[in-house]
Amino acid sequence: MPELPPDFRPRLAAKARLRWDAVEKKHMLVFPEAALVLNDSAAAILKLCDGERLVEQIVDTLSEQFTGADRSVIAQEVTVLLSHLQTRGLLESKSL
Amino acid sequence: MTVPRPYTLVAELTYRCPLRCPYCSNPIDLQLRKGEMSTEQWCRVFSEAAELGVVQLHLSGGEPAVRKDLPALIRHARQCDLYTNLITGGTLLSEDDLREFRDCGLDHIQLSIQDTNRDTAELIAGIRSYDKKLEVARLIKKLGFPLTLNVVVHRYNIGHIPELIALGAELGAQRLELANSQYYSWALENRNFLLPTQAQRDEAASIAREARERYRGTMEIVFVQVDYLTSEPKPCMGGWARTYMLITPTGEVLPCHAAHIIPNLHFDSVQQQSLTTIWRESPALNAFRGDAWMQEPCRSCPKKATDFGGCRCQAFLLTGDPAATDPVCHLSPHHNVVVDAIAAAEQNDDAPLVYRDQKNSERLLSRL
Repeated sequence: MPELPPDFRPRLAAKARLRWDAVEKKHMLVFPEAALVLNDSAAAILKLCDGERLVEQIVDTLSEQFTGADRSVIAQEVTVLLSHLQTRGLLESKSL
Repeated sequence: MTVPRPYTLVAELTYRCPLRCPYCSNPIDLQLRKGEMSTEQWCRVFSEAAELGVVQLHLSGGEPAVRKDLPALIRHARQCDLYTNLITGGTLLSEDDLREFRDCGLDHIQLSIQDTNRDTAELIAGIRSYDKKLEVARLIKKLGFPLTLNVVVHRYNIGHIPELIALGAELGAQRLELANSQYYSWALENRNFLLPTQAQRDEAASIAREARERYRGTMEIVFVQVDYLTSEPKPCMGGWARTYMLITPTGEVLPCHAAHIIPNLHFDSVQQQSLTTIWRESPALNAFRGDAWMQEPCRSCPKKATDFGGCRCQAFLLTGDPAATDPVCHLSPHHNVVVDAIAAAEQNDDAPLVYRDQKNSERLLSRL
């Protein structure tokens, strides 16, 4: 899995759009020729990818939202999702 | 049978086009005298498609920019929350047009280019267009659109894959489609002219594979196979009328670009029925859903759930039976027709080029 840069402030790439899918009743990330149905935690993560927050700050905010969850578990989930999306060209960052 | 959810709609707004590419996927019968659907009709179709579950909308043609109502169609598509992609040759577009499309919410543009070599590019397009296309590509990026560069690949540009990749990167394309020509309609007429050799294909596939890794995360590189040269059938459209639908300028609902050539299938029109009714009940769309229609060797093949027996249109064109195994498959009893076609193309290296235009449309139709 590729490392995310330390000053990575992710936001969705211009080609990707987050939408609510009325059929699946889930959030969906759409981009050219494809779509990913997101579970609730992936959607919560992506909503925080505003190009301002650092990855650490996204994890902090999620830890405040989901007080029952272990911070290291959240951090792991954020890293896995963002790394995956980055290799597919679905994220941008001011630092890149 | 449960009716699947469609994800993609290709709206062929028109068959009019200033380009004359000899691999065009439009029908030989360009129906230029028949009326195209109105703005209101297309808008109703987009609304219905979104309700059915469609996510991706491709505004295609012909050249969709010949339609003056393109901004209105884009705006309505975005109101339906469709991811809206314009598939264009670019030659009719100005910066003002692109700005207006952006203001209407257009998500993405797919621009065709023919080659990195001006002479070959314009020989294939059939008109002067090379400089204009590059200018439009730069305007698309200047206005902040994500860009897919689409190149139909054939014998005369397959040697330019490295240059095409470099051009995609230089233009800042997010996606580069190196789409080997598929042999239907105009491309089938031009098969002896277009089909590359096995050696050309193998080299191109290897270059594309290497570049796909190198550009991962910045430019997605898609190499659409020459199925004739892989001996493996493509999972055509992800299965007949499964996730994909195409609507012609007059409103017929098809599972792909080519299905109108299959005899005894009547494709219903959204001018007569709702899209929902057609998608669920059209006998033509139900004809090859599932696998009950399959023959051997498909019927007992472990790959039938992933390749769907290949392409129904290709099966019909090359064997006369749309339910046959796609003869591209090395297991097909008709595979020799593909082997013969490859040999014929290699031997006919001075094959004539048949442009896609009204004159040739009428000539080819009168032959039938």
